[in-house]
Amino acid sequence: MVAAAEPRPGRWAWSRQRRSEAGVIRLDRRRVYIFPTYAGFFYAATLVAMQLGSINYSLALGHALVFLLVSLGLVGMLHSWRNLLGLEISALTSEPVHAGEVARFRLRVKNTARRPRPGLEWQLGHDPEPLMQHLPADDETLLHLTLTAPARGWLTLPTLRLSSRWPLGIFLTWAYPWPAARCLVYPAPLFTPLPPVMDTGEEGEGRSQEGHEDFIGLRERQPADSLRHVAWKIAARDGGDKPLLIKCFGGGAGQQLRLDWRDTRGDTEARLSILTGWVMAAENAGLDYGLALPRQEIPPGHGVLHRSQCLRVLALYPEVA
Amino acid sequence: MFARKLRPHAALQHASLPWLLAVVFFTAAPHGLYQPVWLSAMVSLVWLGVLLRWRRGYKVTQRWFKLSVAAIGCGGILLQFHTWLSYEAGIALLILAVTMKLMELKSRRDAVVVVTLAYFLLLTYYFYSQSIAAGFWLLVGPLVVTAALIQLYDAPERSGKALLRTSAWLLAQALPFMVVLYLLFPRVNGPLWGLPQEGFISRTGLSDILDPGSIARLVLSDEIAFRVQFHERPLPTPGRLYWRGPVLGSYDGREWRPGYFRLERPALSRLENLITYTMTLEAHNQTWLLPLEMTPRPAQAENEDAQINSMGVVTNRMPVTSRKRMTFRSYLNYRLDTTLDTMTLKANLQLPGERNPRTLAMAREWRTENPDSRQLAQRALAYFRQENFIYTLEPQLLGQDAMDDFLFVTRSGFCEHYASAFVILMRAAGVPARIVTGYVGGEINPVDGFFAVRQSDAHAWAEIWVEEEGWIRMDPTAVIPPERTDTSVTATHASAVTDWVGQLRYRLEAVNNAWNQWVLGYTPDQQRDVLAWLGLKNLNRYSLGLFMGVGMGLLLLALALWMFRPRRETDPARAIWRQACLRLEKQGIHCPLWEPPLALAARLETEAPALAQEVQALARLVCATRYGRNAETAPPMATRTALRLALRRLPQF
Repeated sequence: MVAAAEPRPGRWAWSRQRRSEAGVIRLDRRRVYIFPTYAGFFYAATLVAMQLGSINYSLALGHALVFLLVSLGLVGMLHSWRNLLGLEISALTSEPVHAGEVARFRLRVKNTARRPRPGLEWQLGHDPEPLMQHLPADDETLLHLTLTAPARGWLTLPTLRLSSRWPLGIFLTWAYPWPAARCLVYPAPLFTPLPPVMDTGEEGEGRSQEGHEDFIGLRERQPADSLRHVAWKIAARDGGDKPLLIKCFGGGAGQQLRLDWRDTRGDTEARLSILTGWVMAAENAGLDYGLALPRQEIPPGHGVLHRSQCLRVLALYPEVA
Repeated sequence: MFARKLRPHAALQHASLPWLLAVVFFTAAPHGLYQPVWLSAMVSLVWLGVLLRWRRGYKVTQRWFKLSVAAIGCGGILLQFHTWLSYEAGIALLILAVTMKLMELKSRRDAVVVVTLAYFLLLTYYFYSQSIAAGFWLLVGPLVVTAALIQLYDAPERSGKALLRTSAWLLAQALPFMVVLYLLFPRVNGPLWGLPQEGFISRTGLSDILDPGSIARLVLSDEIAFRVQFHERPLPTPGRLYWRGPVLGSYDGREWRPGYFRLERPALSRLENLITYTMTLEAHNQTWLLPLEMTPRPAQAENEDAQINSMGVVTNRMPVTSRKRMTFRSYLNYRLDTTLDTMTLKANLQLPGERNPRTLAMAREWRTENPDSRQLAQRALAYFRQENFIYTLEPQLLGQDAMDDFLFVTRSGFCEHYASAFVILMRAAGVPARIVTGYVGGEINPVDGFFAVRQSDAHAWAEIWVEEEGWIRMDPTAVIPPERTDTSVTATHASAVTDWVGQLRYRLEAVNNAWNQWVLGYTPDQQRDVLAWLGLKNLNRYSLGLFMGVGMGLLLLALALWMFRPRRETDPARAIWRQACLRLEKQGIHCPLWEPPLALAARLETEAPALAQEVQALARLVCATRYGRNAETAPPMATRTALRLALRRLPQF
């Protein structure tokens, strides 16, 4: 009664999808496998013993009971298989995280059947604790699979095994849906003091983030602009017919921070971590910052998108983004 | 025990516990009728204890407590049954084990063990009873146990009703498979290993030792000995039906025993009046098969276990420990043993010496008066008729010279007294004679047409041997006039056809008989009959297995096709729109699934102006039905008709 021989990820590797799939994965009959469980073998052995007893003592009703239970097992086999068949799985985008943090993959699981699908067990990689899911009839749910991001770069969804023992537990049915899901992992930030501000000299006087409060005027909103700076009151007055306007603030533009690879020390990963820490600190401080990496340069700027762009370059270094 | 646990066992849900308690209750409670009281009490206490624990938050019971319960239980079972190996002790141990498992439910695996053993426990009930009620239990028991099994793998919030519904649904789908297996599974005659006898001691029936009173005891029982279905009409007169059981030729002054015979076919001639019938013999734990007088062959060829001896007695090789069905061909008119060898002759003249002097003297006297054996027999019968003999179930006790006492003093007795006295008189007069026991007559059940012979029909009569004519049946009891018959005897034979109680009894017995014939009596023999009726003749075990496999495969295929049939669209508007798209595709217009109806209609204005108007009308209707004010409720009939009419406007080809 050791759980070693039960099918588990890694075994049956030949039958598994070698490549992840984009779009909606529909579990068809070619990729839903089924095999008896230990409980199933125990059930079968019990039935054999019952049948021998029935024959020996000429128990007509004993025969009937054994036959009923054998039939129940067969019917249960079909129901077990059907519990996974036709399930639709697709991956949604996942939010980038820093290395060492928990990456969350989001899967959309859709049950188009008119019956519930209870007892779905999701097992990510070799995680011993499967995630239980009971999917109602004609419903779809979001499944959050969490995984600690080990290192920067792209983290792809590891082997995913979906299995079920419902309804009788005597058969295990399983499938390996492998949706193309990946999560960008930024380097783990290392917070060190920011390098000195490089004055461009255009405005002369050094301004800090307080300059953000000085209203200069309005301009038309670009998709990259933060929603925080939209002039909502004006938009409300216009009745939503005109394009949104953005409130422009003075200050900041005069101070530019150049976050340079050469200003850091240590090996590649340490340097990338320091640069990551700087990017985050600079964004928090509301400064304009640029990034200078070997063979790559990002011109100064600020905002969520700018930061994402910088972090992405750092995550994928030395690949040129 | 296992150093490396690769995967922790799935935890047991709190909601599973009441289910497991219910399973143990449903499967163990019926055994309370048959199990020793102390075991039932112990099991009930453990069960109640677990119930209380569950309500307070379940915890595994402490080890010392479990061990002591196990020790008390096993020891008690050993004391009660003197063994652990008999099936009764086995059932008791199983009940104990299942109940005790409730005290140590740690993971789902423990629950699976309880449920699987509970299935076994359901089976063990049939050791005690296979009545119709037990058959009904066959459906209720698995329903509850299976629901509990499903619960272990289902959502914890799933209601009991929903689980029972799923369980019933699965079992309903399993029923056709069960019928195929029941009919086609190659049946094997048990037992496979030694059959413990303890369960069959109390069965009533004839014995091969006849002492005064042995049939009188039997006659008090109203139990059915066997049922008969005659193949031809009209039915023979019940009074002419003598069902031949053990023939007894050896007398020691008190008891009659079988005596001398050979294991060979009886020497029969002048067979007339053939009668064919199928007999369903109740288990009586003896070997007699009790066919009508007289059958020349053991039984139909398929009854390989039956054999016949020179006295015309048909026996089974093994004691009949379960209901048995067989077909016989008998001849009501026959001649048995027209010549007799000296061994048989001597054996049938044997008498214990120095006993019953008055009887012997009277017999010798008759012999000189009547040199012809038949006349002598008539003389003896006339004696019983004329003298004041009484037919009673409670005869007076007889002394050392039992026959002298009976013939000259008490003159009251039952059939075994008369048969015995008659045979002794004949032997004393030099006519070979012997006692035949069996059953006489029977009664037709008007409801199902089966002929029932009860223990109360048990009888003993005599046979005398006459040169050239063979053995002639003589029934001395039959000559006693009815007015000298004790009312207690007639009461047991009373037929109650006219009143409603009798009708009800006939009906109940007919239902029971149908159950016995078709469910319980489904032996290898009957399986052969049923298969022959289905047109499958002369199948051996392997081809039968093959048929079973094919049948199961076809059923499985049918179930799979039905289960995995494509889903029908339930939304009428969507169904209509899908059909419209199919029609448009045939017109060469591409209709992608994602395109909204109105957008498609707008596109058609340029692509296919001829169709645009109709499609637009339909698209508007579809959208109004699906997204309009009343989209939440099912569309009324009028809307459905409108949709269908709008669809009909589109070209079909």
